[in-house]
Amino acid sequence: MRVFGDKRAVDGVDLEVAAGEIYGFLGPNGAGKSTTVLMLCTLLKPSAGRAVVAGHDVVESPGDVRVRIGVALQEAALDERQSGREILDLQARLYGLSATDRAAAVERAVELASIGEAMEDRVKTYSGGMKRRLDLAASLIHGPEVLFLDEPTTGLDPVSRAQVWDEVRRLNRELGVTVFLTTQYLEEADALADRVGIIDSGRIVEQGSPAELKRAVGADVIVVDLPDDETAPAAEAASRVESVAAVTRGRHGITIATADGAAAVGSVAVALSAAGLNPEALTVRTPSLDDVFLMATGYRMATAASDAAAAAGGPGIRHSSVDTTAAGGARR
Amino acid sequence: MSPRHGRSEAPGGVTVRQVGIVGDIATVARRSVRSLLREPEALAPALLIPTFFFVVNIGVLETFVERVPGIDYRAFQVPVAIIFAVTGISRASMLVIDIQTGYLSRMLVTPVRRTTLLLGLMVADVVLALGLSIVVVIMGFAFGVSFGTGPLGIAVFLCLAVAWSLAFTGFPYTVALRTGNPAAVNSAFLIFFPFAFLTPAYLPREFMAGWMQTVAAWNPVTYLLEAMRSLLSQGWDAAALSKGAAAIGGLGLVTFIMAFRSLARRVSTG
Repeated sequence: MRVFGDKRAVDGVDLEVAAGEIYGFLGPNGAGKSTTVLMLCTLLKPSAGRAVVAGHDVVESPGDVRVRIGVALQEAALDERQSGREILDLQARLYGLSATDRAAAVERAVELASIGEAMEDRVKTYSGGMKRRLDLAASLIHGPEVLFLDEPTTGLDPVSRAQVWDEVRRLNRELGVTVFLTTQYLEEADALADRVGIIDSGRIVEQGSPAELKRAVGADVIVVDLPDDETAPAAEAASRVESVAAVTRGRHGITIATADGAAAVGSVAVALSAAGLNPEALTVRTPSLDDVFLMATGYRMATAASDAAAAAGGPGIRHSSVDTTAAGGARR
Repeated sequence: MSPRHGRSEAPGGVTVRQVGIVGDIATVARRSVRSLLREPEALAPALLIPTFFFVVNIGVLETFVERVPGIDYRAFQVPVAIIFAVTGISRASMLVIDIQTGYLSRMLVTPVRRTTLLLGLMVADVVLALGLSIVVVIMGFAFGVSFGTGPLGIAVFLCLAVAWSLAFTGFPYTVALRTGNPAAVNSAFLIFFPFAFLTPAYLPREFMAGWMQTVAAWNPVTYLLEAMRSLLSQGWDAAALSKGAAAIGGLGLVTFIMAFRSLARRVSTG
């Protein structure tokens, strides 16, 4: 737990990450992801509770934790007046690598960052993607057992994002590095994580593998597009259909969890029609992590695509308020 | 000293360990000095201001002041030029940028010893202060100034200048660590003015108004100037040098306590 004044930024996070695992910590801005990472990286003491990283308590033995972890914080934290190589060399020196080890580690990191001859240039000339790759390489210079990545692709273009994903997968697969990854992008957690923890308002609200979490929503999801003023009667009508497991109201429609979408969609359409409602569209699809998040928190999360649209001035609501109604059985 | 933390055989076969305090200072200092050398434009004001005042002060006051027997006004002004050159120079602006960009946090997640993050920057400050002091002394030579105490006196003169500069850096570092704000760090330069001007910078103390003499008597720069001037014109004066060293030590004690407390607060995990 971590308290700032009256606010509980992290409140009841209980999780265990196995060695060699990629753990995705998913949640919107302000959910408590970064505060959790800061505590696990020894930069912030928990107000209460205990955390053990790589076998060492973060409060009692922060020095032992620090030599075993690598950290890439939210913004690529680099000294723009130094060259990429100088930053890597300094990082290696801070971890006490011998001259021989340091030379080898810097060369490995240079290769990892894959920014070519620009490695000799000042960091201020780098693009966002180059900075992020250098940041990642610097955090790995000492061969950490556990790598913390705090929103590693926020603000990156799709190509740079894909490169970071590939690198994280490779590190995990080839070097066995345990990765603790925070993200607000659903597809990032889906693509990378062996297990996902969903955090909202400082609490973990769901945890499991992406497949398990999606299965828990139901085998299928029916998305019904409706005018805002019709979502309440639509949710009530749909919840009375026998095969419907849960109905979630959003601003622009309802989302229905069901064991068999193809079988249920007809009954749902009939129920809506009987209630005098005219859906603009009914779509049957398999659940996404967004649906998991929606069911667990009552919010929809941003996707990388919507984030890019929002950044470009286009539409893209980050958190649309919804109501969830359990219907025809338990949600999980 | 806190115990060292280490482990061996990380993935990749390297040995990772916490470095000793000297090693950490050397690492942080290496970066600080390199940054310093890459900002020659930042050095220009530190050289232009003392040169300007040195030349103007001599031009305006030399003839008038040298009516008093025994005063070599050019030698009298060299310590003033040194004070103008080295007071308030620091790598505090670099520290603020590190705070703002998150680079300080990057270093804090390594096993680096926290105090070395400041001590390493101060090494660069010493390098800069020494360089500036040497330039000003050479300028003094060019204007015909000589040291009555010879080469050893020059060395002591430079040591006093560098020690003073270092003692004063505690102010900007304190502001940088407390605020993390570059504008506040720049404003910290204002504290230079009372230190530099409420002193016998232009005339010996006995020619100053009574109230000004009182103020100057409480200003450590007064004793620094008098100690440095003694090396130029009077020969070895143990009393003047002791007072100058005490003034530097006193100020340094206060500012270093402030700066290292601010560092402890900034890196606190509580």
